[in-house]
Amino acid sequence: MNNLLLFEFSVNKENNTVTVTREFAASRDLVWDAWTKPELLDQWWAPRPYRNKTKKMDFRVGGYWLYAMISPENETHWCKADYQKIEDQVSYSCLDAFCDEEGNINVAFPRSQWNNRFSDNGDNTTVAITVQYNSLEDLEKVIQMGFKEGFTMGLNQLDELLQTVTTK
Amino acid sequence: MRRDVFQAIADPTRRAIIALIALQAMTPNAIAEHFDTTRQAVSKHLRVLTECDLVKQEYQGREIYYSLQIEKMKEIDKWLSQFRKIWEKRFNQLDTVLKTLKTHKK
Repeated sequence: MNNLLLFEFSVNKENNTVTVTREFAASRDLVWDAWTKPELLDQWWAPRPYRNKTKKMDFRVGGYWLYAMISPENETHWCKADYQKIEDQVSYSCLDAFCDEEGNINVAFPRSQWNNRFSDNGDNTTVAITVQYNSLEDLEKVIQMGFKEGFTMGLNQLDELLQTVTTK
Repeated sequence: MRRDVFQAIADPTRRAIIALIALQAMTPNAIAEHFDTTRQAVSKHLRVLTECDLVKQEYQGREIYYSLQIEKMKEIDKWLSQFRKIWEKRFNQLDTVLKTLKTHKK
């Protein structure tokens, strides 16, 4: 529970954009790695109790990340991010989608445009994320997908809390 | 037909109508005076807002007054806060990952 780290969240309904800004207590190269290397992404990308599993990662312009979010009941959601622009250690943008195991895009679900920017902030790193959907309806659809169980804030949150308390 | 509330608030004119009647109940004519669009267009927007329960109608004599359903607006807020929770969770997990990375680096 890092109350000291900045976390801003806003939704602009004019252009269907969600903006999230978050500060992390680590240098920019580490934070960049955590967002771009599959073995690290798999450790945090899926909100618990889901887990994340990368099938393919090709972090290059024109490349993509193909991964699954898996529920405790082994219900699997395949997702894909197509990388469009990369400025090493500074920013990258991609187009995300739901898909099947082979990476064939499921057109029934909305895609969104991501842009993530990394900047130094003393010893910390600030990540500014913008996610743009085609419509507000799209945004809602995404929320309703597969995360229903993910909201059980109960026990696993407590686990995390205890963990942070004991490491301090 | 039951309309989707998010579709209803996706339109800027409808959002402006919501802001207007949040302060006081108004007749369609009074609402229309605030917009450059036709009275018909405003009526259509009001119908959409009524269909998804964001707005309620009340008759006073021969006039219809429109007012905001506060409860429904709260529902939208609830949805947004859920979205925020997903991110909070992810980021707390990332904090843990970064902590581990830092200790390995030392």
